[in-house]
Amino acid sequence: MSLSPVTVIWVGVFCLFGIGLYGLLAVRNLIKVIVALQILVKMAMLALVAASYSVDKLALGQSLAVMVMVADTIVAVIGLALAVQVQQRLGTLDIVELSRLRK
Amino acid sequence: MLYVVLILGLVICAIFAVRAKQMLTAVLWLIGTSAVLSVLFYIMGACRLAVIELSVGAGLIAVLFVFAISIASDEPVTLSSLVPRPLAWVFVVLAVGFTAWRVLPTGGSMVPVNGCVESTVLWHERSLDTLIQVFLIFAGVIGMLGLLSGSRKRPPVGLEAEGDEL
Repeated sequence: MSLSPVTVIWVGVFCLFGIGLYGLLAVRNLIKVIVALQILVKMAMLALVAASYSVDKLALGQSLAVMVMVADTIVAVIGLALAVQVQQRLGTLDIVELSRLRK
Repeated sequence: MLYVVLILGLVICAIFAVRAKQMLTAVLWLIGTSAVLSVLFYIMGACRLAVIELSVGAGLIAVLFVFAISIASDEPVTLSSLVPRPLAWVFVVLAVGFTAWRVLPTGGSMVPVNGCVESTVLWHERSLDTLIQVFLIFAGVIGMLGLLSGSRKRPPVGLEAEGDEL
């Protein structure tokens, strides 16, 4: 049985989705949460390109993926700046401890 | 076969990025994920997106992460999981299964694509989105400058007073 390239790519998309979601659910470090978020965004970009490739509209998929990439970069910048601020002011990057501090 | 190898590399890099104990190691695996993804984009015909992904995903983002880790210290992550791991796996399997069920019927056969004309789409058909992105970039830069400018440590009040007396 031979798999078509589209099927292989969609399997990769679902694997990346599972890995990113698991990272968001299981990781407690703020910077690693941003790493997991990056993996989820890469999954979204791959899904956009794969879907547009399937229907012969690669230009639309590329433009959408570029926009997702820009937004993702801004999210990473703001998230990392927040992580640095939190580390400097509160001395921890543990999400659970930060939730306790709020109370 | 090439697609299978690339997707395997992509998934392995992503798994190690999430599971690495050291944050710097996690970032290195994330760079590997970006590099493999850009190769995949190039093979699929999205040549410009591949270049942007390689320069932004594996370059700019990596520099930002290393900068943040160098300030926030790279201590090994030995914390327990946020939610119980079996519960996390149940959520993951449910979410992936549901998404696959909703998405997979739309996956058609791969069609050869001619050239890259995404600039036409970007500037003529989606110009409003592009304008919004420009404002978003400015907002991100200003937000980051504001956040980082607040990180200068001010001397305690008592020390300031002593300094004035001296």
